[in-house]
Amino acid sequence: MSVRRLHHEQPESFEFTPENLAWAKKVIERYPEGRQASAVVPVMWRAQEQVGWVTEPAIRVISELLDMPRIRVLEVATFYTMFQLQPVGKKAHIQVCGTTPCQLRGSEELVKVCKSKISETPHTLSEDGNFSWEEVECLGACVNAPMVQIFKDFYEDLDVEKFEKLLDDIAGGKPVLPGPQGVDRIFAAPEGGPTTLLSIEDTTKGAPQEAVVVEGSDAASRHHAGDALNTGGAGYTGIPRPAEAGFAEFIERHRKAEEAKAKGEG
Amino acid sequence: MTKIVVDGKEIEVPADYTVMQACEEAGAEIPRFCYHDRLSVAGNCRMCLVEVKGGPPKPVASCAMGVKDLRPGPEGQPPQVFTKSPMVKKAREGVMEFLLINHPLDCPICDQGGECDLQDQAMAYGVDSSRYVENKRAVENKYIGPLVKTIMTRCIHCTRCVRFTTEVAGVSELGLIGRGEDAEITTYLEEALSSELQGNVIDLCPVGALTSRPYEFNARPWELVKTESVDVMDALGSAIRVDTRGKEVMRIMPRLNEEVNEEWISDKTRFIWDGLKTQRLDRPYVKQNGKLAAASWSDALKVVAEKVKAAGGSKTAAIAGDLASVEDMFALKALMESIGSANMDCRQDGAQLDPSLGRTTYLFNSSVEGIEDADAILLVGANPRVEAPVLNARIRKAWRHGAVKVGMIGQPADLTYDVDYLGAGADTLADIVSGKHAFAEVLKTASRPMIIVGEGAIAREDGAAILSNAAKLAESVGAVSDEWNGFNVLHTAASRVGGLDIGLVPGEGGLNTGGIQDAAAKGDVDVVFLLGADELDMASFGDAFVVYIGTHGDRGAHRADAILPAAAYTEKPGTYVNLEGRVQLANRAAFPPGDAREDWAIIRALSGALGQPLAFNSFAQLRSALTTAVPHMANSGCIATGVASDVSKLSAVGGTMSGSGFAQAFSDFYLTNPIARASAVMAECSALAMQRRAEAAE
Repeated sequence: MSVRRLHHEQPESFEFTPENLAWAKKVIERYPEGRQASAVVPVMWRAQEQVGWVTEPAIRVISELLDMPRIRVLEVATFYTMFQLQPVGKKAHIQVCGTTPCQLRGSEELVKVCKSKISETPHTLSEDGNFSWEEVECLGACVNAPMVQIFKDFYEDLDVEKFEKLLDDIAGGKPVLPGPQGVDRIFAAPEGGPTTLLSIEDTTKGAPQEAVVVEGSDAASRHHAGDALNTGGAGYTGIPRPAEAGFAEFIERHRKAEEAKAKGEG
Repeated sequence: MTKIVVDGKEIEVPADYTVMQACEEAGAEIPRFCYHDRLSVAGNCRMCLVEVKGGPPKPVASCAMGVKDLRPGPEGQPPQVFTKSPMVKKAREGVMEFLLINHPLDCPICDQGGECDLQDQAMAYGVDSSRYVENKRAVENKYIGPLVKTIMTRCIHCTRCVRFTTEVAGVSELGLIGRGEDAEITTYLEEALSSELQGNVIDLCPVGALTSRPYEFNARPWELVKTESVDVMDALGSAIRVDTRGKEVMRIMPRLNEEVNEEWISDKTRFIWDGLKTQRLDRPYVKQNGKLAAASWSDALKVVAEKVKAAGGSKTAAIAGDLASVEDMFALKALMESIGSANMDCRQDGAQLDPSLGRTTYLFNSSVEGIEDADAILLVGANPRVEAPVLNARIRKAWRHGAVKVGMIGQPADLTYDVDYLGAGADTLADIVSGKHAFAEVLKTASRPMIIVGEGAIAREDGAAILSNAAKLAESVGAVSDEWNGFNVLHTAASRVGGLDIGLVPGEGGLNTGGIQDAAAKGDVDVVFLLGADELDMASFGDAFVVYIGTHGDRGAHRADAILPAAAYTEKPGTYVNLEGRVQLANRAAFPPGDAREDWAIIRALSGALGQPLAFNSFAQLRSALTTAVPHMANSGCIATGVASDVSKLSAVGGTMSGSGFAQAFSDFYLTNPIARASAVMAECSALAMQRRAEAAE
């Protein structure tokens, strides 16, 4: 893990897009009055999705939005390694899993590809500014090792050729298919079909992966969340309920239960 | 109460105690770095590990483990704690080894050397050698202001400084960024800290990571002579320790005094000492042909005596400044009385306080400790953050611990806690007195309301009326009773309460500060003594012969026709009465420079030159005369409480208040007295504060 500090070059300003700001306000509403600071991680995450990384002006904007001291926001930003504190590639930021299972299956070769095709050091932009990379700890796809994460999607069962092709496709703006690469399996299921529990007739099917054009973190999060982006993510259509409402409901339920108990005893 | 066995000794402690408190109760010593009893518990240094039976089967951090969280034994025996077992010894050695891995071995050049917690505890609990052969971590130093120097490689991440600035000082500016080995203490983008209490992080830092920048590489703690004394930078009278080497004051440190300053002091108190060395008046001067010329003591006293004799009592006047001790003012009063003058005043800012109404009418009656019991506070023309920062920290403490509601009338200011801003001036006060204002209800429903009247409200024409109205309000909301007196005056001058106690105010037919200035301008007063009084419009004295008895070449000395050089507060013994009426003794830590003498001795010598020698020849005689005249001055450290019913005398004074808003007592916290104005450090702080204000105004 490297020393995490603000980047030496910072943009002049940061501003949430209107829809992201509306989303942030809804997230803040989930917390009780005076506890807005609790929303710092999701709000900062949205800021990172918008521009790819956490900028110093963004930290100032967030501190004002959440009414918390700037140093507290900076503490959070420098603590969590998933917050990118330096610019990331305009098209893709490659996170190569380097933990043991992936390493045994050849992740070091993938890192070498990153070094030759993107930049010699991690967290550094490629010459055209389209790519950056870093090595991360276990992403939990050990069955499909080695793998990389690009924004919201996993690209699994990689080797040098497949990975180079993946990078070339992304650079050329061609759509790529997330998931296992060139291996006959659904997600983490065995290659070529089931090998155990054959007596059970399994007809379930996962949703097929859709091909995507990788072009930056904002597009990726939009693609991932679809139209539900502003309502709390895919599958979530309601507006987040303020904490007070939930609390009041709990109190009411508790009161009724107590009443019922008292009646039963009486 | 719950039972616990510490090292085989069974004791009973309150159930809310931590294991560390219980161990201390039992007399066991627990080392610690991050734990501080005035800050929240962090539990991150792990130095206070102890072994427990009835808790987790591993060493536990005693600072963060509650006694009630320990289980009793199978037959209900009380839980056991071991602080000297082999497990504890090994745990401490391990923690110490980890702490020292990245701590540089630069003790010989470290300012903390000799008073370093890490040094001491490494001696007591560490091992004598290192097994570490890797490279040590190095951390860049951070700029966090002109007062606190950082050597961040030495930091052990205890976060005491972060917790102090956030919790006590009330400015969330310091933080711990990064994580693990890369964690660093810094301010946001290395901005300077804005707190008036930031110097305390130097004392809190258990290692040499935060040290005093002005004191940098100046002295070693073991070569300093330590003198216990009392601070005079504000009226709070914080307990201080003056460290001297030879005749030079090297630094000023806080002393523990739970009743006044706990263990904090303001930056002005701590960093004023470089002002004691510059701009000093070290020999008498007399103006000849419009220019000040050095003179001998006998010549200077002769000139002054001739002028006084020529003027006579009624045309002589005296004003005492903010830093004068009670003895000095008592001697001055005796001198004025001996020459038959009633023109004297200790209220150079024109504060409308009348000691004849009783002591209660000008004291901070609730006492500083009493702030913690208050449940509603109304600030009238007071900004405690700049007028008495340590007292402000006490209000903040009360606000943090309880539901104290604070209302404020005067200039809006950030006091580091939530304040209901009610209005700018006397109109709002009148509304509250008549009960029309909503805050009147807050005060009425409070069981222990406090009304704090500041200099900004009473140092003006209608000050007496404002004070009277505040007293009326205190009575009407039930703030004055036998157990609780919520009527308070927040003084800004260390000398003020003492001066009022001894009655250094105009006698029968005498002139007060404003009167003296007017009379001098008109030529009705020919000789004016200024006892360290500099916060006056010096042009207002007209052609009067001004005798300045003081320490620094400041406003008073510039105007003076004769300068009699005196001793600063670190250079003379003296009594100071703080704003709550507590009599405190300051001791001599150093000697005045050159030919300068203690103020009382100058006044005594002058009385001799006048042919009417005063009746004391030594400081002891002066003190006994003082305690005979004002008996409570003998009870050092105590408050002689006033009579609560005197508040009604004050409220009967009445008067009409003008509508104008309350002014601030002073505009610049860092430059309120001649010593501070001579200090380069204070000048730098002042410039920074001004820049911050300008930025905030944008």
